[in-house]
Amino acid sequence: MADIFKGIEPMVYKSRISVPYHWWAGETASRFLVALRDEQKILGTRCAACNKTYLPPRKNCPLCFSASMEWMEVSNEGTVVTFTVARRQLASLPRKAPVIFAMIKLDGADTAILHYLDGVDPGRVKIGMRVKAKFSKDRGARMQDIECFVPKGE
Amino acid sequence: MAKRVAIVGTGQTFHKSHRPDVNGQELINEAVRAALADSGLKMDDIDAVIIGNMDHFEGINYVDCWSVDGSGATMKPIFKITTGGTTGCTIAIGGYHLVASGAFDRVLVIGWEKNSESDTSGAITTAFDPVWDRLVFAGAISGLAAEAQAYMARYGATDKDGARVSVRDRKHALNNPHAQLRKEVTLDEVLASPMLADPIHLLDVCPRTDGACAVIMASEDVAEKICKSPDWIWGTGNRHPYAYLGDADYGRLTSMKRASTEIFKKAGIKEPRKQINVIELYQPYSFAGIIWIEDMGIVEPGKGAEYIGSGATDMGGELPINPSGGVISCNPIGATGLIRCAEAAMQVMGKAEGRQVPDVNFAVSTGFGGCWWTDMVLHGKKKPNY
Ligand SMILES: [Zn+2]
Repeated sequence: MADIFKGIEPMVYKSRISVPYHWWAGETASRFLVALRDEQKILGTRCAACNKTYLPPRKNCPLCFSASMEWMEVSNEGTVVTFTVARRQLASLPRKAPVIFAMIKLDGADTAILHYLDGVDPGRVKIGMRVKAKFSKDRGARMQDIECFVPKGE
Repeated sequence: MAKRVAIVGTGQTFHKSHRPDVNGQELINEAVRAALADSGLKMDDIDAVIIGNMDHFEGINYVDCWSVDGSGATMKPIFKITTGGTTGCTIAIGGYHLVASGAFDRVLVIGWEKNSESDTSGAITTAFDPVWDRLVFAGAISGLAAEAQAYMARYGATDKDGARVSVRDRKHALNNPHAQLRKEVTLDEVLASPMLADPIHLLDVCPRTDGACAVIMASEDVAEKICKSPDWIWGTGNRHPYAYLGDADYGRLTSMKRASTEIFKKAGIKEPRKQINVIELYQPYSFAGIIWIEDMGIVEPGKGAEYIGSGATDMGGELPINPSGGVISCNPIGATGLIRCAEAAMQVMGKAEGRQVPDVNFAVSTGFGGCWWTDMVLHGKKKPNY
């Protein structure tokens, strides 16, 4: 198969298109983001029928499609469900490698959220460890208003 | 009542990391011509076409329309389906539905990708929700690593267990002239390769590939006239869990459990490990080869590593997995799921040449998507009794 390129001069045509997007967060995420920015509160929504509290908050219950969801404040402390340490500096990685990504189940929520874990050596992260949100000083109603999670002081 | 559906021909390109000698349409055309030749059909015989690839990978929007020069679909019904990593298996399921409905007798299914034309990690990141998941996560590997990490903590598996799967698939690839990577590796080489995202090493994961695959499906009214012993589709399953990365049960692939339970029940398969003869698993990294066969019900949870270590899934073993070399050896993403389907069909039809598993009665092929989706097809030698 090596000779399939024989006699061929590969011609490359480069794209000149750049498509910047902006996304409307929507009513459900907006309420969460405003509470995060103004009060450093983390809000989920709860389906009473399924007895589940979702974080990120949902407009409809993903299990039963009920629209009667109740807003709930969940704790800013939780447990590491799983994690990884990204070692390679990909262009799409917004921080300097190595980066610890953790799935964190906050107390009071039934689903986990994804965030950075800082303040711990990558070799010492354990599933089940207790962590706490560190809020950013400079807040702009974004997920990064939580700067990262850090181990909860023993 | 749905019509029974069979695969009557398959075709693949010779997959490579870069195919600068052809554009997308020409790549598609290679696979289409190979599938037509395999089935003995002409383009005139084809009633409808389904095509799929990854959104954003080639930056071409109307792939269905744009590709007709290569696909042969000019003035025929053509439908584009794209579901991320599962695309190649979803288009097979779509083709099955079109034929089973009775509306079309012969459907051409095409999966393709020119991974070399953009930034794969960047394009994959567009699969994650822009508000909740995309800001902090990047690429596909971190999510897979999180799955492996959770599984290891729960069941005590090691990175050596993962490496064993990679050694198997890379060895199997030597038998497949279409595979991109055809080089044997040792356990030590896998473990010594650079750590990408703990616990995943470079040699634990799939490459980026340019390639295309085409499969021709026919209804029971015409299938055996086209092909004496076609590959009968016994069932398809398609399960997508809910929206965000943190919703998944890390360490278990719930969608695989649901899809396989549904299909095996329908087909009366009670002991999948004994009744299935070969699996082509969409396994983008090594640890999935352990975890997901447990969710498929091949072995009990926590027993996957031991089963693979015993050699049972190697060629010549009880249940060979990925005789083609699998996704770790070759991954033109939009084609990858359909390659699993084509390889399983070839096994059933006895056309798998150097990678043929003897006496295949049932084969399974799967598709996987980064948001923990499973698509799955059960293939059989006999015509389904339903
Ligand atoms: Zn509910």
